[in-house]
Amino acid sequence: MNKWIEVVELNKIPVLGSRLIKTRDTAIAVFRGSDDQVYAIRDACPHKGGPLSQGIMHGSTVTCPLHNWKIDLSSGNALAPDHGCSNVFAVKVEGGRVYLQL
Amino acid sequence: MLKENLVLIGNGMAGVRTLEELLKLAPDHYNITVFGEEPYGNYNRIMLSPVLASEKTIEQIMLNSEDWYVANGITLHKGKKVGEINRARREVIATDGTVAHYDRLIIATGSVPFMLPLPGADKAGVIGFRDIKDVDTMLDTASRYQHAVVIGGGLLGLEAANGLMKQGMNVTVVHLLDTLMERQLDKPAAAMLQKSLEARGMTFLMEHSTAEIIGNQRVIGVRFKNGTEIPADLVVMAVGIKPNTELGKSAGLYCERGIVVSDTLQTITDPKIYAIGECVQHRGIAYGLVAPLFEQAKVAANHLAKHGIARYVGTVTSTKLKVTGIELFSAGDFIGNDKTEDIVFKDAASGTYKKIVLQDNQIKGAVLYGDTVDGSWYFQLMKDGTDISAYRDTLLFGQHHLGDSGHNPDTRVASLPDNAEICGCNGVCKGDIVKAITEKKLFTLDEVRAHTKASASCGSCTGLVESLLAHTVGGDYSATPKTKPLCKCTDYTHDDIRHGIIQHSLKTMPEVRSHFEWETPDGCPSCRNALNYYLLCAFPTEYVDDAQSRYINERAHGNIQKDGSYSVVPRMFGGMCTSDQLRAIADVADKYQVPTMKVTGGQRIDMFGIKKEQLPAMWKDLSAAGFVSGHAYGKAMRTVKTCVGSEWCRFGTQDSTGLGVKLEELTWGSWMPHKFKLAVSGCPRNCAEATIKDIGVVCVDSGYELHVGGNGGIKVRVTDLLCKVETEAQVLEYTGAFCQFYREDAHYLERTAPWIERVGLEKVKKAVVDDAAQRKALYERFLISQQPAQIDPWKERADGAEAAEFTPIMIEA
Ligand code: SRM
Ligand SMILES: Cc1cc2nc3c(=O)[nH]c(=O)nc-3n(C[C@H](O)[C@H](O)[C@H](O)COP(=O)(O)OP(=O)(O)OC[C@H]3O[C@@H](n4cnc5c(N)ncnc54)[C@H](O)[C@@H]3O)c2cc1C
Ligand code: SF4
Ligand code: FES
Repeated sequence: MNKWIEVVELNKIPVLGSRLIKTRDTAIAVFRGSDDQVYAIRDACPHKGGPLSQGIMHGSTVTCPLHNWKIDLSSGNALAPDHGCSNVFAVKVEGGRVYLQL
Repeated sequence: MLKENLVLIGNGMAGVRTLEELLKLAPDHYNITVFGEEPYGNYNRIMLSPVLASEKTIEQIMLNSEDWYVANGITLHKGKKVGEINRARREVIATDGTVAHYDRLIIATGSVPFMLPLPGADKAGVIGFRDIKDVDTMLDTASRYQHAVVIGGGLLGLEAANGLMKQGMNVTVVHLLDTLMERQLDKPAAAMLQKSLEARGMTFLMEHSTAEIIGNQRVIGVRFKNGTEIPADLVVMAVGIKPNTELGKSAGLYCERGIVVSDTLQTITDPKIYAIGECVQHRGIAYGLVAPLFEQAKVAANHLAKHGIARYVGTVTSTKLKVTGIELFSAGDFIGNDKTEDIVFKDAASGTYKKIVLQDNQIKGAVLYGDTVDGSWYFQLMKDGTDISAYRDTLLFGQHHLGDSGHNPDTRVASLPDNAEICGCNGVCKGDIVKAITEKKLFTLDEVRAHTKASASCGSCTGLVESLLAHTVGGDYSATPKTKPLCKCTDYTHDDIRHGIIQHSLKTMPEVRSHFEWETPDGCPSCRNALNYYLLCAFPTEYVDDAQSRYINERAHGNIQKDGSYSVVPRMFGGMCTSDQLRAIADVADKYQVPTMKVTGGQRIDMFGIKKEQLPAMWKDLSAAGFVSGHAYGKAMRTVKTCVGSEWCRFGTQDSTGLGVKLEELTWGSWMPHKFKLAVSGCPRNCAEATIKDIGVVCVDSGYELHVGGNGGIKVRVTDLLCKVETEAQVLEYTGAFCQFYREDAHYLERTAPWIERVGLEKVKKAVVDDAAQRKALYERFLISQQPAQIDPWKERADGAEAAEFTPIMIEA
């Protein structure tokens, strides 16, 4: 377990956008910031499970497409005044490729 | 000047309120000493019922903590009962021997629960409901025993019964009469109340008279005059209160039911002694509610401060029952007599009852059950003796029915009860909002939205929330500024930025952000979408759309559903279709196993529940059958609704369907500041509802009326007439020009209705109607912008564009 898995090339993720990664039992959204910083978060909003991969990214935050909660991508926490947290995954970029630790 | 000594006996609601009023008027007049039998500071006795029901704690109902007495230099003897007043020596003497000298004295000893003089009434477990001690006894009993009997079906008895039930006891309410709360309710309202309390599990024994409390040391049951018995581990007597005149009497003050006082609240026997609160009798009345006591407190304080101008002349009272979930209001003479008339509304199914008693067109009394929103309004009308003949017909429907004229929304919102729902979307009540504003010290609409979610959804309650803010924080509230910045990332307005983009030829988002000194590097979801639109509108043939600056619906070209799937709405020009087209849609629906289909309000067909991955393939099939995107998801031109028109309809004056198709062919695909809808009706019967559309064409014999700026939705707005034209070609030109003027002038997310209200119809007429050259230029620019816009986004994606957007990455893990 806990091994690094290559999932996608960095330049296949739109800047300030995401790609949806599906494993056998979970869906993970991988976001790319304007500084090429990469984040990975479970594709489910802590509010009502909205698909965060479909949201709009700004800074290191994504706004959920369903009811506009704002989720901090590095911690998975909902920004105040909302409360809740979604799993984040370890992610790294090496040689232009994005790796997830699963 | 030597300070005089003021002594207060009774550390309760009326007495301490008098001191507070006095300190406001004359803070240095007296050395103040207070004796209170209860071992606490002053607390809100009213709130004992919610404490018993576990909705509040004792800490939450404290009004004046012991620090307050210290801070105001007041000597508090708590837990000390005064046993004697020596009027000759002007001294009060507590039972523990403490003595205090007075120059002036206030007696505010309240009242005591009336205990029925029954055999066995002195057994352990038989109590009244008056103070913290009683509540403690009830809570303790509830934790150890099962059966509670409350004698008395009045306000206090029912609140006690409700609390005990909440604590898990089996509660029986025994009442002498056949209807509950006979002093506040008439029979129909009482019956509804009884029914809903029974539904919650309360048991009633009506028309039962208690004969004896049975048991040994401790109560074990209650026996009635008819010989029956029921078990009881606790008996709460709530049959009434009796002014506590014991001390007054022993001091030789004249008492009847209560200590008799004048209009200045001085006892008629000794002007150095004031009496106030439930222990007094004023003009024959002994009150049992706080509102009159607080008025008395004001007058007494005024007199003690030697202003001597105030007179107490009595109070009209109203009551509410504090049982969560039961709405009940009563005031004045709600029974009436042979000189009065009743207006009554009763809907047993919805649990609503309203009765208003009128005499000479003035309200004399009211009972409301179920819906009490207007209670305070009726009460005010009653106190003011307002002549209601002008709105007698609609009186029962409440204040909102009068419309806004003459009723400032601030006062309206102020008169709403705390549990009135302000925000229907998020279910936020007035009380929650006021609480958040005061506790969290909120000052702006945004803050209230963030903390309570009120007005954060559909926004139709924004006005109410702003009034609440204004009302709650008073002078500190700064209304939303007139010129709003585009978003929190900048101080510049929409107009500043739109002009800047053109004037300085700013062609990309980073250019705009750096020119206007944005505070965030990437912007936020509000400004990114707005800027993307402004740039697209300004440079239609050059600007490269930024998909990441579009809301997901526009990025995925479908409406996202609550489960993350999408809907697909193909365009059906003017609502027209052929059997082949319907068959093609049916085939697509079968092939992709569409779970739900629906005919939309926009005269076309919606297919729901499509997985994102499936969208391009489905679009390919639709495209092959000749369909393009319906843009049902976009801030874009949506639909052109049409009616039958002259081709078939016996009233049709022009070919409304044909014109509708031409209009849709002209405008489809256009990105707009907000959604944009058109309709064409074949005659003024207006079956296509053209007068609530962004552009509505109404055909008449002599040509076409062009109406603009309407919408349905949250706040319906009927269109304004823009002008009348004679030919279809003119309709198309004026439409294109109007669209373009709106596209270039409105703020992002501003629909035509609010836009026209903001800029005024005249400005629009000038540009589109009066100035032929400008109209032509606008129309030209519209046609140019339509060239790239009318490349079907569905077909592009079906052919492979933006593939990554629709393709998840599958991994083994
Ligand atoms: C599908 C449809 C209901 C239907 O089954 O009939 C519909 C569905 C939605 N409407 Fe609507 N509206 C639909 C006709 C209408 C109409 C009727 C009409 O167009 O004649 C109105 C009132 C007329 C009007 O717009 O003036 C209408 C007024 C709204 C509003 C309020 C707009 C306003 O200015 O107040 C919203 C909210 C918004 O746009 O912010 C809204 C928003 C929505 C959204 C997009 C809510 C959302 O953001 O997810 C709904 C998408 C549902 C979905 O998942 O597909 N819908 N909506 C109709 C699609 C028409 C079409 O063929 O494109
Ligand atoms: C459970 C409950 C619910 C109620 N609900 C409502 C409501 O919803 N609306 C409403 O308007 N009213 C309500 N009331 C009535 C309201 O609480 C009273 O009208 C109000 O408290 C009376 O104020 P007061 O100062 O006259 O008496 P109190 O508040 O009773 O104060 C009198 C104080 O004097 C003390 N005292 C008495 N004798 C002596 C003595 N010899 N020496 C020293 N101290 C003495 C007592 O211990 C007591 O603390 C409710 C009352 C109760 C008990
Ligand atoms: S009225 Fe419109 S927005 Fe509301 S639920 Fe129906 S489709 Fe959705
Ligand atoms: S599901 Fe994300 S905000 Fe509601």
